[in-house]
Amino acid sequence: MKTNSILGTAAGLAALAVAATSVAQQKPKVDPAVVDKYVAATFKAAPAEWQKKIEQDEAQRLCSELKGELPAALSTKLLEAQKATVVLPADGNVMGDWKNGQKIAQDGRGGQFSDAPGLVGGGNCYACHQLSKAELSFGTMGPSLNEYGKIRKFRPDETKAAYAKIYNAQSVLPCSNMPRFGLTKALSEQQIKDVVSYLFDPESPVNK
Amino acid sequence: MPSTFATAAKRLGALLATAGLMALGGGDRALAQAPVAQAPLTDSEKEIERYRAMISDPMSNPGFLNVDRGEVLWKLKRGAKSVSLEGCDLGEGAGKLEGAYAKLPRHFKDADRVMDLEQRLQWCMVEMQGLDTADVVKRKFGGPGVTSDMEDLVAFIANKSSGMKLATPVIHAKEQEMYAVGEAMFFRRGGTWDFSCATCHSEDGKRIRLQGLPNLSKPGRQVQETMGSWPTYRVSQSQGRTIQHRLWDCYRQMRWPAPDYLSDGLTALTVYLNKNADGAEIQVPSIKR
Repeated sequence: MKTNSILGTAAGLAALAVAATSVAQQKPKVDPAVVDKYVAATFKAAPAEWQKKIEQDEAQRLCSELKGELPAALSTKLLEAQKATVVLPADGNVMGDWKNGQKIAQDGRGGQFSDAPGLVGGGNCYACHQLSKAELSFGTMGPSLNEYGKIRKFRPDETKAAYAKIYNAQSVLPCSNMPRFGLTKALSEQQIKDVVSYLFDPESPVNK
Repeated sequence: MPSTFATAAKRLGALLATAGLMALGGGDRALAQAPVAQAPLTDSEKEIERYRAMISDPMSNPGFLNVDRGEVLWKLKRGAKSVSLEGCDLGEGAGKLEGAYAKLPRHFKDADRVMDLEQRLQWCMVEMQGLDTADVVKRKFGGPGVTSDMEDLVAFIANKSSGMKLATPVIHAKEQEMYAVGEAMFFRRGGTWDFSCATCHSEDGKRIRLQGLPNLSKPGRQVQETMGSWPTYRVSQSQGRTIQHRLWDCYRQMRWPAPDYLSDGLTALTVYLNKNADGAEIQVPSIKR
């Protein structure tokens, strides 16, 4: 899909490749322990609870050190470990209120050191995804989710899969760039249900 | 001076609004970084380019107020030793400003450390002037009614490298360590949203909402246009800003804790980014959204 633009700029890319090689050749290696020391020193003045937030778990460590490109065996292992973290709502109902889900999809606040304490933030879905056709200000880091439910014929098993994906994106795709909203409690159970409804409710603008 | 400054900033804001650029999706995206996609410029992007060219000159870019204040601070005698910074060696020899910023961060023999410009200025303030820098550090970022000595000094000094090419050295063992650590930190995921710098800045042609995202993870035009244009005047903040501030703001948006001002991790990231941007033409202070 990127072939056209790649062919179109072959000369430019060749020049880039030469530059990239010269950097790669002199690329010094570094002990991960040294990096850890720098990171600790860089954030040493932050409150203890904030420093805790950047202690890496296994997924973060692997995806960082291997720049997101895990060998197949390791990828499978990580996938299984991440799948095991997913907690669906106890009553099995993954649908909530799509109107509230829309607000959550639009809301980019939350989780930042500049936020007021106790702020209930959103999921910022539009930063990376197209959802409703009516919203023109959407990002392209993730795929378009327009007509998400409609394409999946509003099937209940698909709603559960979407809940799991939002809860922990890496339970579907290891080293995904998408935050693991449920696992890290960036979104509550009710908020995730509302977002699932935004994707699946036939009345939601996502499916119009 | 601050009142002139604020007025100029307000006027700019008003200009922006009247120009209709806000329609692009909010002030945050109005005066975007140069468009990064390979595709030809859209009409709105062309319009932004035209607008940026119009205001990006010393007579209309408020960043040059920082430059002027920085010059005064550079020549100001202060500290226990009551000397100016004019004897400070920024890497090209004592007091030599031309081209110094183009080769920073770099290793300094006297301190046996790799320092960026702000770390070096603090070192000179302490070692040469005998200045207690607590107040300078407290005013690290300018705001309403508060000017930052560092933002002013950086604007003044960096401006002396305008028109030159970025050439951050990665030669000394400590510079090499900084580069390698910077690269690792660029790709390091953390925080409750799993973000690293690479989440947003390692692919071509992506955008967040409507804002184009430069790919900073490899040498090329995008990283050159980015690193060659700091320090800058941020219209949305009505302040002259340095790359230290930009990285601090990135970590905020990444849902990480606030990084320490003048910490080595930020210098390491700057070494990595500048090396990727090797050969970039420096045009500063620039003006950005």
